[in-house]
Amino acid sequence: MSKFVVENRIWDKEESLTHHELGALQGARLKETVERVQQVPFYKEAFSKTGITPEKIQSLDDLQRLPFTTKADLREQYPLRMLAVDRSEVARYHGSSGTTGTPTMVAYTHNDLKNWANLCARFLTGGGLLPEHTVQIAFGYGLFTGGFGLHYGVERVGAGIIPAAAGNTPKQIMLMMDMQVDALVCTPSYALTISEFILQNDIPRNALNLKYAHFGGEPWTEDMRTRIEDEMGILCFNNYGLSEVIGPGVSGECAVRDGMHISEDAFIVECINPDTLEPVAPGEEGELVFTSLCKEAMPIIRYRTRDIASLNPEPCACGRTTVRMSRVTGRSDDMLIIKGVNVYPSQIEQALLRVEGTAPHYLIEVDRPDRRDEVTVKVEIMEDSFSSSMKEMQGLKDRILRTIQGVTGLRMNIELVSPNSLERFIGKAQRVIDHRPKS
Amino acid sequence: MKLKQLSVFLENKHGRLRELCAVLAENGINIITLSLADTEQFGILRLIVKEHNHAKTLLEEKGFVAKLTDVIAIEVSDQPGGLSEILRIEENSGIGVEYMYAFTIKSGENAVLLFRFDDMDKAVAALQNAHLNILGSVELYQRAEG
Repeated sequence: MSKFVVENRIWDKEESLTHHELGALQGARLKETVERVQQVPFYKEAFSKTGITPEKIQSLDDLQRLPFTTKADLREQYPLRMLAVDRSEVARYHGSSGTTGTPTMVAYTHNDLKNWANLCARFLTGGGLLPEHTVQIAFGYGLFTGGFGLHYGVERVGAGIIPAAAGNTPKQIMLMMDMQVDALVCTPSYALTISEFILQNDIPRNALNLKYAHFGGEPWTEDMRTRIEDEMGILCFNNYGLSEVIGPGVSGECAVRDGMHISEDAFIVECINPDTLEPVAPGEEGELVFTSLCKEAMPIIRYRTRDIASLNPEPCACGRTTVRMSRVTGRSDDMLIIKGVNVYPSQIEQALLRVEGTAPHYLIEVDRPDRRDEVTVKVEIMEDSFSSSMKEMQGLKDRILRTIQGVTGLRMNIELVSPNSLERFIGKAQRVIDHRPKS
Repeated sequence: MKLKQLSVFLENKHGRLRELCAVLAENGINIITLSLADTEQFGILRLIVKEHNHAKTLLEEKGFVAKLTDVIAIEVSDQPGGLSEILRIEENSGIGVEYMYAFTIKSGENAVLLFRFDDMDKAVAALQNAHLNILGSVELYQRAEG
């Protein structure tokens, strides 16, 4: 275990407002946001359909009268029809993480970028970051919000950044040793890869000066935290965000590490039953829904994240008054997160339809042997595509593998099975078996 | 001059091969010879049976994917150099072997080699030119029964 102790620090006064102060601030900002989204045809139409005008939104209590926004809505508005400002005001674009399917683009004004950096500075501070520290960022720098989001958050706090980006594990470790890095920022699964490399190569613990790490970008478990902490002798902090809402910085753990504080002055969170759309009781699991309160370029109303978690409104020992969310324990849709990449079963289907000789009957099995996500897709062959030649059968398998890789960006194991051997479903198909440990 | 081989797709599932053999056994179908090509995840079973059409129907009824594939059977004396000679002829004609397997016939003097070539017609012509003994189905079944 780590001997490192995080001193309790709070970055912004907005993190510890009274219930009354927060409610008034949220109400006022919600009104502004509702005004702002009138610039977006999608929202203008959605509002008029339900007969809501901006004047009818007077306080927080009116939130539930507003329409939801879904990922499908965002895809339909691709690339920039959700923009609420003139393009000349946009300072940066990012995209939905991972897949090469239909992407969603998000945009930020200069103010948005400033606010975003500040939101990241909050959870980084909560999790031990000090201006004198050196931080290695091993997130991808690109359309993915993780790299740049954390980069400017660390910069905002005033610490030294090594923008190592993702990949090249030996070099990551060399940098950590030579530069005496204090903190690591990456996905938890990449941290496991780094830890494994350190163990396998007998790198002594005291060669590294690493004290703590901030992980995000994918769901992980308490077991993984314990393992990484034990192996690397560091403290690990969890943070949460998604590009549609802003990116990292929606919430993050404090020194108490009992849930992630949501920046409620910037986002209103709801936790709903995904079937009835009614709010669930505090502490109960449901789907998280976010409304942005400060975003200029792409404000978002009641965005259904599909992430399943629970909310804890109890005050925290750290002094923050903001509500805390649990780890994400699942999804209310069928999206899988594999090695940090978002994958929908429908993408596999799409790929199979492109490969001649396969039927779109498939089963996706996900496991995590040796700590790495591994996906096996069982695919039914069609009678016509069977050949007595191994070369041709392997060729079919390779075509499936490459097509799936082209659509999802991931290399999966392909297992050919007989026609009609996979279970047929009436109604909702069970296409995925996930053997990975749940949190 | 070509012969029908029954090719069956075998997925990597416990007991699948036994199931297949049971179907043939219950219906009195004797396997003259067979070859199994396997990978980690699936296999291709290649069978020579007299009742190949019937066997195909029976297996399909049980959910197997089966196909009839043309192969060439060549009879050679069961002595060193028999296979080497055939491969030399095909190589000189620029023909590739996709797969092959062999068995000796009951009388014990001769062996039968079964081939799938990438160009079957060209292969037959080259083998005939070299005066090799290509077996038709009737001849093969006769020899198999001794």
